[in-house]
Amino acid sequence: MSVDLEHYLMVGAILFAIGLYLALAKRNFVGVLMGIELMFNAANLTLIAFSRFVESESPIDGHVFVVFVVTVAAAEAAVALAIAVLLYRVRDTVDVDKANLLKW
Amino acid sequence: MEDTGTVVAFWALAIITIGSAFMVAAVRNLIHAVVFLVLSFLGVAGLYITLSADFVGVVQILIYSGAIAILVIFAIVLTPQAGRDNAETSMRLPAVVLSGLVATMLGYASIDTNWSISDRPGFEETASAIGVALLDKYILPFEIAAALMLVAMLGAIIIVRDEGTEGAAED
Repeated sequence: MSVDLEHYLMVGAILFAIGLYLALAKRNFVGVLMGIELMFNAANLTLIAFSRFVESESPIDGHVFVVFVVTVAAAEAAVALAIAVLLYRVRDTVDVDKANLLKW
Repeated sequence: MEDTGTVVAFWALAIITIGSAFMVAAVRNLIHAVVFLVLSFLGVAGLYITLSADFVGVVQILIYSGAIAILVIFAIVLTPQAGRDNAETSMRLPAVVLSGLVATMLGYASIDTNWSISDRPGFEETASAIGVALLDKYILPFEIAAALMLVAMLGAIIIVRDEGTEGAAED
């Protein structure tokens, strides 16, 4: 029994699906953000797995890409959570269904 | 990777990661959901280490299970009247169907594709190679990422700044 690329890709696919479910179905803004962070993790896991297993001239590039993704994810989390706090201050709720000011 | 330790570690970490990600969706309390989210991030960090990605594994623990988890907890405690409920919207069933389809598609594609697998051994250590790549080949994205972090920090501060107290401070 051995662990191959496909095993890691399957873990990434399941993790991405759970994150997608959270982002689509959760009522709380913070719950949606948790789903987005899980999707970032799933994508990073597949990048690292490809970097380890697949033929490449410079396999370390996958790791560099993951470092950039983590940087952007941290920036995104900071701004999105600031928006959550502002939404709560303005509308007294973090329910994404009730943030419908732009709904026609 | 055939040795027993790696195989056992992979399956244990995969179960921890996916099980805690599932619990994030299942538990009713948001604070409990954050605890399971941290456990899932730690499982992913372990999976990175089984892939001989030591630097990225440490970065994962520092940034995700440290910084981002604390940010999420801050966002929860700063919105006290909104409740701790982790409920779903009315779009629950379509979301289950859509994410199931996405998982099936990604899983099928990853098994069906004929990857050009290399038989090279795992990385000895990655930190120095990543550092050289960041300051040589990827110097422009590196600088842009630095500017992005500054802009995101300023943006977050400006978004949550309370206009009323600022005026009071100037008086």
